[in-house]
Amino acid sequence: MKWLSDDKLNRLRTIVNDPDLSSTKYTFVKELGRGGMGAVYLAEDRELNRLVALKVLNTPDITDDLRRRMIREAQIIAGLEHPGIVPVHDVGTLPDGRIFYAMKYVRGLRLDEYATQGASLNDRLRKFQAVCDAVAFAHAHGVIHRDLKPQNIMIGSFGEVLVLDWGVAKTRQNFHQSVYKNPCQSASNQTLDGTVIGTRDYMSPEQARGEIDQVDERADVFSLGAVLKFLLSDKATKAAKAICLKAMADSPDSRYASATELSADIGRLLDAEPVLAYRENVFEKISRWVGKNRFLVLLILAYLLMRIFLIFTSRS
Amino acid sequence: MSKPLIGVILGAVLGAIDGLTAWFTPEVRNELGGIVIGSTIKGIIAGIAIGFFARKFKSLPIGILFGSIVGALLAFPIALMQGDYYFQIILPGTLVGLIVGFATQKYGTSPATANS
Repeated sequence: MKWLSDDKLNRLRTIVNDPDLSSTKYTFVKELGRGGMGAVYLAEDRELNRLVALKVLNTPDITDDLRRRMIREAQIIAGLEHPGIVPVHDVGTLPDGRIFYAMKYVRGLRLDEYATQGASLNDRLRKFQAVCDAVAFAHAHGVIHRDLKPQNIMIGSFGEVLVLDWGVAKTRQNFHQSVYKNPCQSASNQTLDGTVIGTRDYMSPEQARGEIDQVDERADVFSLGAVLKFLLSDKATKAAKAICLKAMADSPDSRYASATELSADIGRLLDAEPVLAYRENVFEKISRWVGKNRFLVLLILAYLLMRIFLIFTSRS
Repeated sequence: MSKPLIGVILGAVLGAIDGLTAWFTPEVRNELGGIVIGSTIKGIIAGIAIGFFARKFKSLPIGILFGSIVGALLAFPIALMQGDYYFQIILPGTLVGLIVGFATQKYGTSPATANS
Protein backbone atom coordinates (compact mmCIF):
# COMPACT_ATOMS: atom_id res chain seq x y z
CA MET A 1 0.00 0.00 0.00
CA LYS A 2 1.23 3.49 -0.89
CA TRP A 3 0.55 6.33 1.55
CA LEU A 4 -0.35 9.79 0.27
CA SER A 5 1.80 12.69 1.39
CA ASP A 6 0.34 15.48 3.56
CA ASP A 7 0.57 17.90 0.64
CA LYS A 8 -1.47 15.58 -1.58
CA LEU A 9 -3.98 14.99 1.19
CA ASN A 10 -4.41 18.73 1.72
CA ARG A 11 -4.82 19.25 -2.01
CA LEU A 12 -7.51 16.55 -2.16
CA ARG A 13 -9.25 18.05 0.87
CA THR A 14 -9.32 21.48 -0.84
CA ILE A 15 -10.74 20.01 -4.05
CA VAL A 16 -13.47 18.26 -2.09
CA ASN A 17 -14.32 21.47 -0.21
CA ASP A 18 -14.32 23.71 -3.28
CA PRO A 19 -17.77 24.11 -4.79
CA ASP A 20 -18.53 22.32 -8.05
CA LEU A 21 -19.44 25.18 -10.37
CA SER A 22 -19.46 23.07 -13.55
CA SER A 23 -23.16 23.60 -14.25
CA THR A 24 -22.96 27.36 -13.72
CA LYS A 25 -21.50 30.25 -15.67
CA TYR A 26 -18.89 30.77 -12.93
CA THR A 27 -15.29 29.59 -12.63
CA PHE A 28 -13.85 29.05 -9.18
CA VAL A 29 -10.91 31.34 -8.31
CA LYS A 30 -10.33 31.11 -4.56
CA GLU A 31 -11.98 31.03 -1.17
CA LEU A 32 -12.54 34.45 0.43
CA GLY A 33 -14.01 33.54 3.78
CA ARG A 34 -16.14 31.16 5.76
CA GLY A 35 -19.04 31.83 8.11
CA GLY A 36 -21.47 29.80 10.19
CA MET A 37 -23.86 28.97 7.38
CA GLY A 38 -21.88 29.50 4.21
CA ALA A 39 -18.57 30.12 2.56
CA VAL A 40 -17.76 32.98 0.23
CA TYR A 41 -15.67 32.32 -2.88
CA LEU A 42 -14.18 34.51 -5.51
CA ALA A 43 -15.37 33.37 -8.93
CA GLU A 44 -15.29 34.60 -12.48
CA ASP A 45 -18.51 35.18 -14.37
CA ARG A 46 -17.58 33.78 -17.80
CA GLU A 47 -20.52 35.41 -19.60
CA LEU A 48 -19.96 38.92 -18.34
CA ASN A 49 -16.22 38.48 -17.87
CA ARG A 50 -16.10 39.88 -14.36
CA LEU A 51 -15.23 38.73 -10.87
CA VAL A 52 -18.04 38.05 -8.43
CA ALA A 53 -18.30 36.88 -4.84
CA LEU A 54 -20.23 33.62 -4.53
CA LYS A 55 -21.84 32.72 -1.26
CA VAL A 56 -22.48 28.99 -1.05
CA LEU A 57 -24.45 27.17 1.61
CA ASN A 58 -21.82 25.12 3.31
CA THR A 59 -23.19 22.96 6.06
CA PRO A 60 -23.04 19.14 6.11
CA ASP A 61 -26.78 18.69 6.63
CA ILE A 62 -28.60 20.86 4.14
CA THR A 63 -32.26 21.01 4.99
CA ASP A 64 -35.07 22.67 3.06
CA ASP A 65 -35.23 25.31 5.79
CA LEU A 66 -31.56 26.19 5.28
CA ARG A 67 -32.11 26.39 1.53
CA ARG A 68 -35.08 28.71 2.09
CA ARG A 69 -33.02 30.86 4.44
CA MET A 70 -30.27 31.19 1.87
CA ILE A 71 -32.73 32.20 -0.85
CA ARG A 72 -34.38 34.56 1.58
CA GLU A 73 -31.01 36.20 2.34
CA ALA A 74 -30.41 36.72 -1.39
CA GLN A 75 -33.93 38.11 -1.80
CA ILE A 76 -33.45 40.51 1.10
CA ILE A 77 -30.23 41.92 -0.37
CA ALA A 78 -31.70 42.01 -3.89
CA GLY A 79 -34.66 43.98 -2.54
CA LEU A 80 -32.40 46.61 -1.04
CA GLU A 81 -31.06 48.55 -3.99
CA HIS A 82 -28.82 51.13 -2.38
CA PRO A 83 -25.22 52.23 -3.09
CA GLY A 84 -24.32 51.22 0.48
CA ILE A 85 -25.66 47.67 0.22
CA VAL A 86 -23.76 45.04 -1.78
CA PRO A 87 -25.90 44.05 -4.81
CA VAL A 88 -26.90 40.47 -5.64
CA HIS A 89 -26.53 39.51 -9.31
CA ASP A 90 -27.74 35.94 -9.43
CA VAL A 91 -29.04 32.99 -7.41
CA GLY A 92 -28.86 29.29 -8.29
CA THR A 93 -28.29 25.68 -7.26
CA LEU A 94 -25.06 23.67 -7.54
CA PRO A 95 -25.09 20.09 -8.91
CA ASP A 96 -24.88 18.79 -5.32
CA GLY A 97 -28.06 20.67 -4.40
CA ARG A 98 -26.42 23.49 -2.50
CA ILE A 99 -27.88 26.98 -2.98
CA PHE A 100 -25.56 29.82 -3.97
CA TYR A 101 -25.91 33.45 -4.84
CA ALA A 102 -23.55 35.75 -6.70
CA MET A 103 -22.93 39.28 -5.51
CA LYS A 104 -20.62 42.14 -6.34
CA TYR A 105 -17.00 41.43 -5.49
CA VAL A 106 -15.89 44.41 -3.41
CA ARG A 107 -12.22 45.29 -3.68
CA GLY A 108 -11.06 47.20 -0.66
CA LEU A 109 -10.70 46.96 3.09
CA ARG A 110 -12.93 45.90 5.92
CA LEU A 111 -13.84 48.79 8.23
CA ASP A 112 -11.64 47.39 11.01
CA GLU A 113 -8.66 47.23 8.62
CA TYR A 114 -9.46 50.71 7.26
CA ALA A 115 -9.55 52.16 10.79
CA THR A 116 -6.09 50.82 11.58
CA GLN A 117 -4.58 52.33 8.42
CA GLY A 118 -4.39 55.87 9.78
CA ALA A 119 -7.66 57.31 8.49
CA SER A 120 -8.47 60.62 10.19
CA LEU A 121 -11.32 60.80 12.68
CA ASN A 122 -13.39 62.93 10.29
CA ASP A 123 -12.88 60.38 7.49
CA ARG A 124 -13.94 57.57 9.80
CA LEU A 125 -17.02 59.52 10.86
CA ARG A 126 -17.97 60.18 7.22
CA LYS A 127 -17.69 56.47 6.47
CA PHE A 128 -19.73 55.72 9.57
CA GLN A 129 -22.40 58.17 8.42
CA ALA A 130 -22.57 56.30 5.10
CA VAL A 131 -23.09 53.04 7.03
CA CYS A 132 -25.92 54.69 9.02
CA ASP A 133 -27.55 55.85 5.78
CA ALA A 134 -27.41 52.34 4.26
CA VAL A 135 -28.85 50.82 7.46
CA ALA A 136 -31.54 53.53 7.59
CA PHE A 137 -32.49 52.61 4.01
CA ALA A 138 -32.82 48.94 5.01
CA HIS A 139 -34.93 49.92 8.03
CA ALA A 140 -37.19 52.00 5.81
CA HIS A 141 -37.74 48.83 3.75
CA GLY A 142 -38.50 46.74 6.82
CA VAL A 143 -35.12 44.97 7.19
CA ILE A 144 -33.12 44.85 10.42
CA HIS A 145 -29.52 43.66 9.92
CA ARG A 146 -28.92 42.27 13.46
CA ASP A 147 -25.20 41.64 12.94
CA LEU A 148 -23.60 45.02 12.25
CA LYS A 149 -19.89 45.05 13.07
CA PRO A 150 -16.73 46.45 11.43
CA GLN A 151 -16.02 43.03 9.84
CA ASN A 152 -19.33 43.25 7.94
CA ILE A 153 -18.59 46.66 6.46
CA MET A 154 -16.35 47.13 3.42
CA ILE A 155 -14.66 50.29 2.25
CA GLY A 156 -14.18 50.04 -1.51
CA SER A 157 -11.10 51.22 -3.34
CA PHE A 158 -12.91 54.45 -4.32
CA GLY A 159 -14.04 55.11 -0.76
CA GLU A 160 -17.52 53.63 -1.23
CA VAL A 161 -19.05 52.02 1.85
CA LEU A 162 -20.89 48.69 1.60
CA VAL A 163 -22.75 46.81 4.30
CA LEU A 164 -22.42 43.03 3.90
CA ASP A 165 -23.70 39.80 5.41
CA TRP A 166 -27.46 40.11 5.74
CA GLY A 167 -27.67 36.41 6.61
CA VAL A 168 -29.35 36.91 9.99
CA ALA A 169 -31.45 39.91 8.98
CA LYS A 170 -34.95 40.15 10.34
CA THR A 171 -37.72 41.37 8.09
CA ARG A 172 -40.80 43.22 9.15
CA GLN A 173 -44.23 43.18 7.53
CA ASN A 174 -43.57 46.18 5.26
CA PHE A 175 -40.59 44.37 3.68
CA HIS A 176 -42.85 41.68 2.28
CA GLN A 177 -45.22 44.30 0.93
CA SER A 178 -42.50 46.41 -0.67
CA VAL A 179 -40.08 43.75 -1.94
CA TYR A 180 -41.72 40.42 -2.69
CA LYS A 181 -43.93 40.46 -5.74
CA ASN A 182 -45.72 37.40 -4.44
CA PRO A 183 -45.71 37.21 -0.63
CA CYS A 184 -46.47 33.46 -0.77
CA GLN A 185 -43.00 32.88 -2.17
CA SER A 186 -41.36 34.40 0.88
CA ALA A 187 -39.56 31.96 3.06
CA SER A 188 -40.06 31.61 6.76
CA ASN A 189 -38.17 34.30 8.60
CA GLN A 190 -39.08 33.16 12.04
CA THR A 191 -36.33 32.93 14.62
CA LEU A 192 -37.36 31.24 17.80
CA ASP A 193 -37.53 33.38 20.94
CA GLY A 194 -34.46 32.69 23.09
CA THR A 195 -32.14 32.33 20.10
CA VAL A 196 -29.15 34.64 20.40
CA ILE A 197 -28.26 36.23 17.06
CA GLY A 198 -25.40 38.64 16.44
CA THR A 199 -21.84 39.20 17.60
CA ARG A 200 -21.21 39.55 21.33
CA ASP A 201 -19.41 42.91 21.43
CA TYR A 202 -21.81 44.52 18.97
CA MET A 203 -25.21 43.12 19.92
CA SER A 204 -27.86 45.00 21.87
CA PRO A 205 -28.87 43.78 25.36
CA GLU A 206 -32.25 42.61 24.04
CA GLN A 207 -30.48 40.52 21.36
CA ALA A 208 -28.09 39.11 23.95
CA ARG A 209 -31.07 38.06 26.08
CA GLY A 210 -32.58 36.33 23.05
CA GLU A 211 -35.69 38.54 23.14
CA ILE A 212 -36.32 38.21 19.41
CA ASP A 213 -39.71 39.97 19.56
CA GLN A 214 -38.12 43.03 21.20
CA VAL A 215 -35.48 43.41 18.48
CA ASP A 216 -36.31 46.32 16.22
CA GLU A 217 -34.44 49.11 14.39
CA ARG A 218 -33.01 50.33 17.68
CA ALA A 219 -31.07 47.06 18.06
CA ASP A 220 -29.18 48.06 14.89
CA VAL A 221 -28.77 51.56 16.36
CA PHE A 222 -27.04 49.92 19.35
CA SER A 223 -24.73 47.95 17.02
CA LEU A 224 -24.00 51.15 15.08
CA GLY A 225 -23.08 52.78 18.40
CA ALA A 226 -20.68 49.90 19.09
CA VAL A 227 -19.15 50.33 15.62
CA LEU A 228 -18.78 54.06 16.34
CA LYS A 229 -17.11 53.26 19.66
CA PHE A 230 -14.65 51.06 17.76
CA LEU A 231 -13.92 53.90 15.33
CA LEU A 232 -13.43 56.61 17.97
CA SER A 233 -10.00 57.12 19.42
CA ASP A 234 -9.32 58.04 23.03
CA LYS A 235 -8.93 61.65 21.92
CA ALA A 236 -12.52 61.85 20.67
CA THR A 237 -14.52 64.87 21.82
CA LYS A 238 -17.08 64.66 24.60
CA ALA A 239 -19.81 65.19 22.00
CA ALA A 240 -18.61 62.18 19.97
CA LYS A 241 -18.46 60.00 23.07
CA ALA A 242 -21.96 61.18 24.08
CA ILE A 243 -23.34 60.13 20.68
CA CYS A 244 -21.80 56.73 21.25
CA LEU A 245 -23.30 56.42 24.73
CA LYS A 246 -26.76 57.49 23.54
CA ALA A 247 -26.70 54.98 20.67
CA MET A 248 -25.57 52.24 23.06
CA ALA A 249 -28.03 52.96 25.86
CA ASP A 250 -29.29 49.81 27.60
CA SER A 251 -32.91 50.75 27.10
CA PRO A 252 -34.02 50.99 23.45
CA ASP A 253 -36.20 53.97 24.39
CA SER A 254 -33.10 55.94 25.47
CA ARG A 255 -31.31 55.34 22.15
CA TYR A 256 -31.70 57.28 18.92
CA ALA A 257 -35.07 56.33 17.52
CA SER A 258 -33.55 55.56 14.11
CA ALA A 259 -30.30 55.24 12.21
CA THR A 260 -31.29 58.44 10.38
CA GLU A 261 -31.31 60.34 13.70
CA LEU A 262 -27.91 58.92 14.57
CA SER A 263 -26.58 59.86 11.12
CA ALA A 264 -27.95 63.40 11.53
CA ASP A 265 -26.14 63.80 14.87
CA ILE A 266 -22.89 62.59 13.27
CA GLY A 267 -23.47 65.17 10.52
CA ARG A 268 -23.86 67.90 13.15
CA LEU A 269 -20.65 66.71 14.83
CA LEU A 270 -18.79 66.90 11.51
CA ASP A 271 -20.17 70.39 10.84
CA ALA A 272 -19.14 71.56 14.34
CA GLU A 273 -22.81 72.11 15.25
CA PRO A 274 -24.29 71.23 18.66
CA VAL A 275 -25.30 67.54 18.84
CA LEU A 276 -28.52 66.20 20.36
CA ALA A 277 -26.67 63.76 22.61
CA TYR A 278 -24.59 66.31 24.48
CA ARG A 279 -25.45 69.57 26.24
CA GLU A 280 -22.36 71.73 26.16
CA ASN A 281 -21.48 74.56 28.57
CA VAL A 282 -20.70 78.15 27.54
CA PHE A 283 -16.94 77.54 27.28
CA GLU A 284 -17.45 74.49 25.08
CA LYS A 285 -19.85 76.47 22.88
CA ILE A 286 -17.27 79.25 22.48
CA SER A 287 -14.48 76.76 21.85
CA ARG A 288 -16.56 74.97 19.18
CA TRP A 289 -17.49 78.29 17.53
CA VAL A 290 -13.85 79.43 17.51
CA GLY A 291 -12.76 76.07 16.10
CA LYS A 292 -15.36 76.31 13.36
CA ASN A 293 -14.59 79.94 12.49
CA ARG A 294 -10.84 79.85 12.99
CA PHE A 295 -10.00 82.07 10.02
CA LEU A 296 -12.55 84.76 10.88
CA VAL A 297 -11.29 84.81 14.49
CA LEU A 298 -7.71 85.14 13.21
CA LEU A 299 -8.73 88.04 10.96
CA ILE A 300 -10.46 89.87 13.82
CA LEU A 301 -7.43 89.23 16.07
CA ALA A 302 -5.16 90.60 13.33
CA TYR A 303 -7.40 93.67 13.12
CA LEU A 304 -7.28 94.24 16.89
CA LEU A 305 -3.48 93.76 16.94
CA MET A 306 -3.15 96.27 14.13
CA ARG A 307 -5.34 98.70 16.11
CA ILE A 308 -3.19 98.30 19.22
CA PHE A 309 -0.06 98.76 17.11
CA LEU A 310 -1.50 101.98 15.59
CA ILE A 311 -2.45 103.35 19.02
CA PHE A 312 1.06 102.85 20.36
CA THR A 313 2.80 104.21 17.25
CA SER A 314 0.59 107.33 17.18
CA ARG A 315 1.48 108.03 20.84
CA SER A 316 5.21 107.71 20.39
CA MET B 1 -29.23 85.17 7.40
CA SER B 2 -28.74 86.87 4.04
CA LYS B 3 -25.30 87.99 2.88
CA PRO B 4 -26.18 91.73 2.75
CA LEU B 5 -27.57 91.49 6.31
CA ILE B 6 -24.35 89.86 7.53
CA GLY B 7 -22.44 92.63 5.75
CA VAL B 8 -24.55 95.36 7.42
CA ILE B 9 -24.24 93.86 10.93
CA LEU B 10 -20.52 93.11 10.73
CA GLY B 11 -19.78 96.42 8.95
CA ALA B 12 -21.69 98.38 11.62
CA VAL B 13 -20.04 96.56 14.57
CA LEU B 14 -16.50 96.76 13.18
CA GLY B 15 -17.11 100.36 12.00
CA ALA B 16 -18.24 101.37 15.51
CA ILE B 17 -15.19 99.67 17.08
CA ASP B 18 -13.03 101.37 14.47
CA GLY B 19 -14.51 104.76 15.44
CA LEU B 20 -14.21 104.09 19.18
CA THR B 21 -10.45 103.61 18.86
CA ALA B 22 -10.23 107.36 18.13
CA TRP B 23 -10.54 107.73 21.92
CA PHE B 24 -6.85 106.76 22.13
CA THR B 25 -5.93 109.78 20.00
CA PRO B 26 -6.22 112.74 22.43
CA GLU B 27 -6.34 115.34 19.63
CA VAL B 28 -9.66 114.04 18.29
CA ARG B 29 -11.15 112.71 21.53
CA ASN B 30 -13.67 115.55 21.81
CA GLU B 31 -15.03 114.63 18.37
CA LEU B 32 -15.48 110.97 19.32
CA GLY B 33 -19.30 110.91 18.90
CA GLY B 34 -19.15 112.19 15.35
CA ILE B 35 -16.28 109.86 14.49
CA VAL B 36 -18.12 106.80 15.84
CA ILE B 37 -21.33 107.69 13.96
CA GLY B 38 -19.44 108.43 10.76
CA SER B 39 -17.37 105.26 11.04
CA THR B 40 -20.48 103.15 11.72
CA ILE B 41 -22.28 104.60 8.68
CA LYS B 42 -19.17 103.95 6.61
CA GLY B 43 -19.13 100.34 7.87
CA ILE B 44 -22.83 99.89 7.01
CA ILE B 45 -22.35 101.27 3.49
CA ALA B 46 -19.32 99.01 2.95
CA GLY B 47 -21.26 96.04 4.40
CA ILE B 48 -24.22 96.56 2.04
CA ALA B 49 -21.95 96.88 -1.01
CA ILE B 50 -19.84 93.85 -0.07
CA GLY B 51 -22.93 91.81 0.91
CA PHE B 52 -24.65 92.40 -2.44
CA PHE B 53 -21.37 91.68 -4.24
CA ALA B 54 -21.12 88.35 -2.38
CA ARG B 55 -24.63 87.53 -3.49
CA LYS B 56 -23.62 87.99 -7.15
CA PHE B 57 -20.10 86.55 -7.11
CA LYS B 58 -19.31 83.40 -5.18
CA SER B 59 -15.53 83.51 -4.82
CA LEU B 60 -13.66 83.86 -1.54
CA PRO B 61 -10.50 85.54 -2.97
CA ILE B 62 -12.51 87.96 -5.14
CA GLY B 63 -14.84 88.72 -2.22
CA ILE B 64 -11.88 89.48 0.06
CA LEU B 65 -10.25 91.65 -2.63
CA PHE B 66 -13.49 93.53 -3.32
CA GLY B 67 -14.07 94.06 0.43
CA SER B 68 -10.54 95.41 0.90
CA ILE B 69 -10.91 97.83 -2.03
CA VAL B 70 -14.32 99.09 -0.85
CA GLY B 71 -12.96 99.51 2.70
CA ALA B 72 -9.95 101.46 1.44
CA LEU B 73 -12.00 103.61 -0.96
CA LEU B 74 -14.50 104.59 1.73
CA ALA B 75 -11.73 105.38 4.22
CA PHE B 76 -9.78 107.51 1.73
CA PRO B 77 -12.11 110.60 1.61
CA ILE B 78 -12.29 110.59 5.43
CA ALA B 79 -8.50 110.58 5.62
CA LEU B 80 -8.51 113.35 3.00
CA MET B 81 -10.94 115.42 5.15
CA GLN B 82 -8.77 114.90 8.22
CA GLY B 83 -5.77 115.98 6.20
CA ASP B 84 -3.60 113.71 8.30
CA TYR B 85 -3.61 110.15 9.73
CA TYR B 86 -3.84 108.57 6.23
CA PHE B 87 -2.23 105.35 7.41
CA GLN B 88 -4.24 105.20 10.66
CA ILE B 89 -7.55 105.62 8.81
CA ILE B 90 -7.04 103.75 5.52
CA LEU B 91 -5.35 100.63 6.91
CA PRO B 92 -8.09 99.79 9.48
CA GLY B 93 -10.79 100.63 6.91
CA THR B 94 -9.17 98.21 4.46
CA LEU B 95 -8.95 95.47 7.08
CA VAL B 96 -12.58 95.96 8.09
CA GLY B 97 -13.56 95.61 4.41
CA LEU B 98 -11.42 92.48 4.14
CA ILE B 99 -13.10 90.88 7.17
CA VAL B 100 -16.59 91.76 5.91
CA GLY B 101 -15.62 90.46 2.45
CA PHE B 102 -14.51 87.15 3.95
CA ALA B 103 -17.54 86.80 6.23
CA THR B 104 -20.10 87.52 3.49
CA GLN B 105 -18.52 84.94 1.18
CA LYS B 106 -18.17 82.31 3.87
CA TYR B 107 -21.44 82.77 5.76
CA GLY B 108 -24.99 83.73 4.95
CA THR B 109 -27.38 82.39 2.36
CA SER B 110 -28.06 83.49 -1.17
CA PRO B 111 -31.69 83.62 -2.34
CA ALA B 112 -32.74 80.37 -4.05
CA THR B 113 -32.65 80.54 -7.82
CA ALA B 114 -35.88 79.46 -9.48
CA ASN B 115 -35.71 76.81 -12.19
CA SER B 116 -37.32 77.92 -15.39
